Amino acid sequence: MAAIETTDLRRSFKGGIHAVRGIDIAVQRGEVYGFLGPNGAGKSTTVRMLVTLLRPTGGSARVAGHDVATEPDAVRRKIGVALQDAALDGLMTGRELMELQATLHGIAPADVAPRARRLLDRVGLTDAQERRVATYSGGMRRRLDLAMALVHAPEVLFLDEPTTGLDPVSRLTLWEEIRRLKANGTTVFLTTQYLEEADQLADRVGIINQGVIVAEGTPAYLKAQVGRPHLDLTFAGSEPDLERARDVLVRFGDHRPASEGCHLSIALQDGAGEIAPVVRALDDAGLQVASLELVQPTLDDVFVEKTGRHLEGAAEPRETAEAPPAVVT
Amino acid sequence: MTRAVVALGRRALRNTFRRPQFLAPLVAFPSLFLAVNVGGLHRTTTLPGFPAVHGFLDFQLAAAMTQSLLLGGVSSGIAIALEIEGGFFDRLVASPIPRVAIVLGRLAATAALACLQVVWFIAVGLIFGAHIAAGAPGVLVVILIGAVAGTGFGAIGVMLALRARNASTVQGIFPLVFVVLFVSSAFFPRDLLASPVDAIARYNPLSYIADGMRDPIISSISAAPVLEGLAAAGGVALVAIALSVAALRTRLREA
Repeated sequence: MAAIETTDLRRSFKGGIHAVRGIDIAVQRGEVYGFLGPNGAGKSTTVRMLVTLLRPTGGSARVAGHDVATEPDAVRRKIGVALQDAALDGLMTGRELMELQATLHGIAPADVAPRARRLLDRVGLTDAQERRVATYSGGMRRRLDLAMALVHAPEVLFLDEPTTGLDPVSRLTLWEEIRRLKANGTTVFLTTQYLEEADQLADRVGIINQGVIVAEGTPAYLKAQVGRPHLDLTFAGSEPDLERARDVLVRFGDHRPASEGCHLSIALQDGAGEIAPVVRALDDAGLQVASLELVQPTLDDVFVEKTGRHLEGAAEPRETAEAPPAVVT
Repeated sequence: MTRAVVALGRRALRNTFRRPQFLAPLVAFPSLFLAVNVGGLHRTTTLPGFPAVHGFLDFQLAAAMTQSLLLGGVSSGIAIALEIEGGFFDRLVASPIPRVAIVLGRLAATAALACLQVVWFIAVGLIFGAHIAAGAPGVLVVILIGAVAGTGFGAIGVMLALRARNASTVQGIFPLVFVVLFVSSAFFPRDLLASPVDAIARYNPLSYIADGMRDPIISSISAAPVLEGLAAAGGVALVAIALSVAALRTRLREA
């Protein structure tokens, strides 16, 4: 039996906003499932339905063997949730919050304090446990949030963008903890905007865009589907003639949205062997290349192919002015 | 359920004391009001129809308590609205507890705080020369009515927060507290109020709550005003708790 299973799951809001338009997901027990999508794609709405904070307006979802709509209490007992922005009470200390969470999850009174201590130690917050959470850094808050989500040893853990805004060290610390959870057999549903994070941690990845799953599979499978490497080109001069460059490059492959720092990007039809002809053709056209880079397929390429735009915020599409509008969730 | 209510109540009460900017107005405003009223209006006790009292301070203590309890209700509403805005409310909703425990925990804290508010004003009164005519049993009666009324006002605040979902709207009812209080017999005997305020005061439950708390202070414990005070406080509490639980259910259903 799958740990998480959705069938045609839908959620609409007042005003005719269809945030989730019918998604089918099956996450196996012990799996880390990466749920990717840009802001407004429907990620958080999906998570909020799966953790029983939002009622689906269509379809069904079962988590840890229970229906989220008809057995929400049973679902809540079996899941751990660390929502976006780590909604913690800044007036409480880390220890107080841990103990409150343990109490609310029905941990025996005698076990509340030792369990809180153990988990605070596990996430490296023992020294800060008597400080009010308002004084914690972003990374500390995220670690506390994770520890709270683990207080009752949940079967399924939902992590909604757990590393957004964190410094690299804090991010790596959280990654290590997620790997440890996976090793212990916990099912993890991880939403993220970071492709590297999904690549590093997820057994399988689902890409959601405008409320529908547009791609799903292991990172290796998805990258293999894209197959061809692409060439990122930066042209010399302050105002290079990009129109002419586009006309030249279209002979070698399809244009793709350029990532930050490069002017144009093409998916090479015949792979690395075409680099020399590309350079020669540009040279013949009088276009001077400042730098070029052959990039092997990444999850970002998968994302671009499926959605027509880059995932991470810094790389907004330059080629696809008609990029689909985001759905507000 | 009980364990969750106690845990959430303890947390809410502890947090109240960690937010001095919220706590101070609950006692500071009514204390200042009390000082100004007693200082400027103490001669009103000689007006025909004014009940026999040891001093105007004795009479005004119940008004200060009622005012403080109303502000406590607004404060409870703001606290829960801030939790909704900040997302902590969602964390509680995602916990495997009966959701009504979220409301009851907050109200348990409000009730405990109400007891402390009443004790504060009794202490202030005694320090500045007031007499509690009914003695220690009278104090207990005042605390009892205050706790029930405070719970009711807290439930009104919680209901508003669950409906409005933002703290600024709840804060917006602050001036209304004074209006509702002034059209009751909290500050002056109902017989001395002019029309139409006297008619409004007759149907304003705050009149009965204030008079119920006042009775043990200015005289012995009389059955009628005390029972009317308890009934008014209990009625407000029951209706407001029912409405706040309904607001919670509506909010969760609409989510």
